Amino acid sequence: MFFPISGAHISPIYLALVGFLIGILGGFFGVGGSFIAGPALRAVGLDWNFAVGTDLAHIVGKSVVAAKRHRALGNVDLKLGLIMAIGTIGGAEVGAQLIQLLKRAGNVNLVVSVVSIAIYVSISSFMIWESRKTLSSAKGRRQKGKQDHSEFGHVARAIQRMNIWPMITLPVSGVTISLWVILVVAFVGGLFSGFLGGGAGYIRMPSMVYVLGIPTHLAVGTDLFEIIISASYGTFSHAVKGNVDILIALVMNTGAAVGAQIGAISTQYFAGPKIRLAFVPLPLIGAAIVIYTLVIGHKL
Amino acid sequence: MRFEAKNLERMKKETAKTLRAFLIELVVYAVLVVAYFFLVLHFLGGWLHHLETRHRYSYATVAILLIIGQAVLLESVTTFLLRMLRGRSE
Repeated sequence: MFFPISGAHISPIYLALVGFLIGILGGFFGVGGSFIAGPALRAVGLDWNFAVGTDLAHIVGKSVVAAKRHRALGNVDLKLGLIMAIGTIGGAEVGAQLIQLLKRAGNVNLVVSVVSIAIYVSISSFMIWESRKTLSSAKGRRQKGKQDHSEFGHVARAIQRMNIWPMITLPVSGVTISLWVILVVAFVGGLFSGFLGGGAGYIRMPSMVYVLGIPTHLAVGTDLFEIIISASYGTFSHAVKGNVDILIALVMNTGAAVGAQIGAISTQYFAGPKIRLAFVPLPLIGAAIVIYTLVIGHKL
Repeated sequence: MRFEAKNLERMKKETAKTLRAFLIELVVYAVLVVAYFFLVLHFLGGWLHHLETRHRYSYATVAILLIIGQAVLLESVTTFLLRMLRGRSE
């Protein structure tokens, strides 16, 4: 099928299947899935700039479906999501500026690659350690369904006790915390999103659990809601620059709509630590892709 | 022992029902999506291409509205299909 905006010939079945796969991952883990969508679009000959922009547009659609389903399941904290969106957009702008600075210095690829590998591996290592420790504890073994306990929970509780004005109460998440802590967490996620590309859900979802102390199911749903806002902003920005083929994103979204629902419903059958343990391979896949692009010398 | 076996049998039947409903949903959904592909790409393709080359800000706004609108529509369709098929199979 010919897509006139990007001038690419791509099978719609392939696009729908890629969307379906990313939809499942997004619905279950609350991530955008750009580490798969980007290379998948590049693999069928779409230019890099179109792959990045179109992927963002597709993320918006997939996140709407998954967030709607999570909201029906009571997994979305709208107040937290709206506050985080402000920090994320600010962070994404700073991250994009940082990339421009590195571009001028001439070593952007190496710096971004090394930083991203270090971050991906650190997140995976920490999460595998924490979730295994939690699951092997007596309290962790007894958890079923949406129950959530973390052996690292004392750190989040200590952060929640930091009395820095203004304190925000989040009734849905059952947390009272300083507004600044939420903004810093969102800003850091946005910074990596602007710096490394994609939605940076692999950083934001674990940060919400371990730093803010949000239960895993709520972190997944709220992250998806937050992604709708920040990815819409990114899509608009890329579309103005001529980097979005919306027809490709619309086709991908037909598969993602089913996948996202399956992913979101599946979270109901897993306790928090099990979702966190299953999350571990995602950042590692991201690291493997970056290492591969470093070895072959060009982006996938 | 007999109670557990009965429970297992009931669970197997329920899983089979859900799977059947899901497969039917996928087939109905695929037919709808194929029709939709032709409609959208045929009618909107040229217009969107024109908008993208001439009016970037309008294109960016329309792009976001389209992707969100389609997502809301597809979510409603899949939820409706699943509810209808499950309701029929139970």
